[in-house]
Amino acid sequence: MSQIGSFALLLALGLSSYSFLAGLLALFGRDAGSMRLGETARRAGIAAFGAVLLAAIVLVTAAFRDDFSISYIFHHSNRDLPAAYKFAVLWSGQEGSLLFWSLLLGGYGFVLRLRYKTDQRLFAHASVVIAAVQVFFLLLLNFAAHPFGIVEGALPPDGNGLNPLLQYPEMVIHPPMLYLGYIGFTIPFAFALGALIMKYPGDKWIYITRRWTMVTWCFLTIGVFLGAHWAYAVLGWGGYWGWDPVENASLMPWLTGTAFLHSVMMQEKRGMLKVWNMWLIFATFWLSILGTFLTRSGIISSVHAFAQSTIGAWFGWFLIISLLVFTLFFILNHSHLKTEHKLEALVSRESSFLFNNLLLLVACFTILWGTWYPKISELFQGHTITVRAPYYNVVIVPTALLLLLLTAVGPLLAWRKTSLESLKRNFLFPFIAAIAIGIAMIVFGVRPWDDSSYFYATMAAILSFLVIFTVISEFVRGGRVIAGKGQMNLLAAMVQLWHRNTRRYGGYIVHFGVALVVIGILGTPFNKEVEKEMAFGDKILIGPYTLVCQSYTQDDTPNYGSEWAIINVFRGGRQVTTMYPERRFYKSSGQPQTIPRIYPSLKEDLLLVTDLYLVYEGMNETTGRPIIKAHLNPLVPWIWTGLIVMVFGTILALIPNVSTVRVAVLAPVREPVHAGVGD
Amino acid sequence: MREWGTEMDTPRCFRRRFIQVTVLVLAVLIFMGAGDNSGRFDKLGHSMMCACGCGQILLECNHVGCQYSDKMRNELMASLDRGDNDDLVLQNFVQNYGPTVIAAPTATGFNQVAWIMPFLALALGMAFVVMVVRSWKNKPAPALADGITIPHGGELDDFKRRARQETDL
Repeated sequence: MSQIGSFALLLALGLSSYSFLAGLLALFGRDAGSMRLGETARRAGIAAFGAVLLAAIVLVTAAFRDDFSISYIFHHSNRDLPAAYKFAVLWSGQEGSLLFWSLLLGGYGFVLRLRYKTDQRLFAHASVVIAAVQVFFLLLLNFAAHPFGIVEGALPPDGNGLNPLLQYPEMVIHPPMLYLGYIGFTIPFAFALGALIMKYPGDKWIYITRRWTMVTWCFLTIGVFLGAHWAYAVLGWGGYWGWDPVENASLMPWLTGTAFLHSVMMQEKRGMLKVWNMWLIFATFWLSILGTFLTRSGIISSVHAFAQSTIGAWFGWFLIISLLVFTLFFILNHSHLKTEHKLEALVSRESSFLFNNLLLLVACFTILWGTWYPKISELFQGHTITVRAPYYNVVIVPTALLLLLLTAVGPLLAWRKTSLESLKRNFLFPFIAAIAIGIAMIVFGVRPWDDSSYFYATMAAILSFLVIFTVISEFVRGGRVIAGKGQMNLLAAMVQLWHRNTRRYGGYIVHFGVALVVIGILGTPFNKEVEKEMAFGDKILIGPYTLVCQSYTQDDTPNYGSEWAIINVFRGGRQVTTMYPERRFYKSSGQPQTIPRIYPSLKEDLLLVTDLYLVYEGMNETTGRPIIKAHLNPLVPWIWTGLIVMVFGTILALIPNVSTVRVAVLAPVREPVHAGVGD
Repeated sequence: MREWGTEMDTPRCFRRRFIQVTVLVLAVLIFMGAGDNSGRFDKLGHSMMCACGCGQILLECNHVGCQYSDKMRNELMASLDRGDNDDLVLQNFVQNYGPTVIAAPTATGFNQVAWIMPFLALALGMAFVVMVVRSWKNKPAPALADGITIPHGGELDDFKRRARQETDL
């Protein structure tokens, strides 16, 4: 079986190399021979996807057949691993995840090469760029991180098993989403580089890649948030974002990708920021690879780096070469990227996009700086230092608050020029309503002057609600106009409003989701936690809850043994639920893993929903009693709700506009014309 | 000596004074904090890393049987009971566990660069964008292709009316 996989990978490398070289040669000529050569390159690219797919199928089949003669399967699977995780073995280790990366890139390339008739020449350029990236990954797979290596010596009876941290349902979805996001940015980058090489005068590459970029951004968003949710639900420390280097690595391309989504609108509508957009999409692609470099190289320590090896050097060289290639073509061909319009006013949509891009880029730089600072410190001071949440909470928050303010104000600004009068008129209601929220927070006991974290939380709440009220007022104002003219109710009018400009109003829904996410985050300063060793009937009091230990016990499955407690949760004298915090011991790997239990108080307090988060920390060996840690995390469920709203908004933005508006017209009925009349 | 009610009454001085007072009030609001030991324990415990290598903040380390976290928490509590100030507490921890025990760079020496850079980037970026916006605003409009004229006055109003009709907005 491993021979089939190895052959498929070699074949894929051969086909991709041909696709790259033949495609490159074909770009130089415009005669019939070059066209034919280009066509063979396109078909080779499609066939390469088939070969990579075959290799991936072979690896997954080997996992399901417990073929421990393959080293990768031996190290990342075991006989009693549940089926879903056996499927996830594909991306659970280094070699497999690189194969998965190559598969997804091949898939994207496959779709692109099928749609080549949209603009054959531009697609041919993009296809060559994608083939080049694919060749890099296949070189890695064939010569540096081969997934079909054979176990030497006697065949092992069972495998080492999957890392316990990865044995969680979200791990079946999170990596594919993240990878779809990372890899997806290769497509707009390939078109951008293709357009640069061609000195393509128009903005067609922007129009072609618009949906690719939005879909990719959506995947990356889901991937980042699922990662945060996984950290929350598995790592058991009660938080969801630790500013770990690998977490940061996923956030950086997300930030530049978000900036790109906004700045392309400047190019589409006003013919501005052409150079900027080129560099922005390159930076996004580059940061996606940098994330992989960070994860794989082990250059920066991380709790998420599950697969480290020497292939970091390969990624390092790839990053350098891609930077050089892009810079070279930019220097040679940037003359056609001239802006078509001038900025007419400071208070305009254009300038709001500029500041939006600046803030997103500053946030990205800050994270990049913080991630690399331990290495910089080592270089200049001779010792490494730690850069975690206390640093980022100080340096990122001001930028994030400014960004939130801009998210609220930006949609109210018109293209070209906005009068202060109209801004005031549109902004008054959301502003007053948001300030009222801030006052309500103080009335209900939040003291922003007590601590900087409370101050920032209050500011973030005011600005988040400003965003929410701005979005609502935009929908209501537009809806009213349509409702007034079309004799329909406000809701139907708002739906029609969205249908006329889906990207704009879908985007507003995404902003709404972002505001919900921020509301979820701002509950952090109000977190509470209590830790206690619990005998039968012992109680923990935390917030409005009383936790009573009913029992504790042990369990055994083929894959793991476990200890868990049964905790009854009371609120206001009434039992609201029973929770089962657990600690597992995986047999094949011998590693322990906490499985926290989470109860969101949706029924009790809908808007101020709070997570009750219980962790079975272990057993006191002297007393034989479990140690339970209870966290009360206010507003956290809003983060996941915000994600759903963001995804929903993106889907709405992806739906095409209604191109024609159907209007009922009373046509006059003509009198029948009799034969012969007028002859 | 400057007379009160002469130069200070000018709007410019008043504005400057207002900004100074606002900055002062904001600074007081931001930096006012609780002085009790439990608050300090929480604050300091969240500004240090657990030395066991788990990569977690000291008060968030959830490893039962961890060789370090309980010991470090007890040391922290003992320091606070002794009346050590925050700097001394952190200094002692750095001596015992190395510089990586602090979860953020200190604001001294070379490490000041870590804190300054993000804000410097923000300030420079802001200045750059303002400069770009101004230069674009002052730039003459790009030349129009042959046969294209920019509508003015009544003709422009006519276009606007038609655009509103088409968009219903």
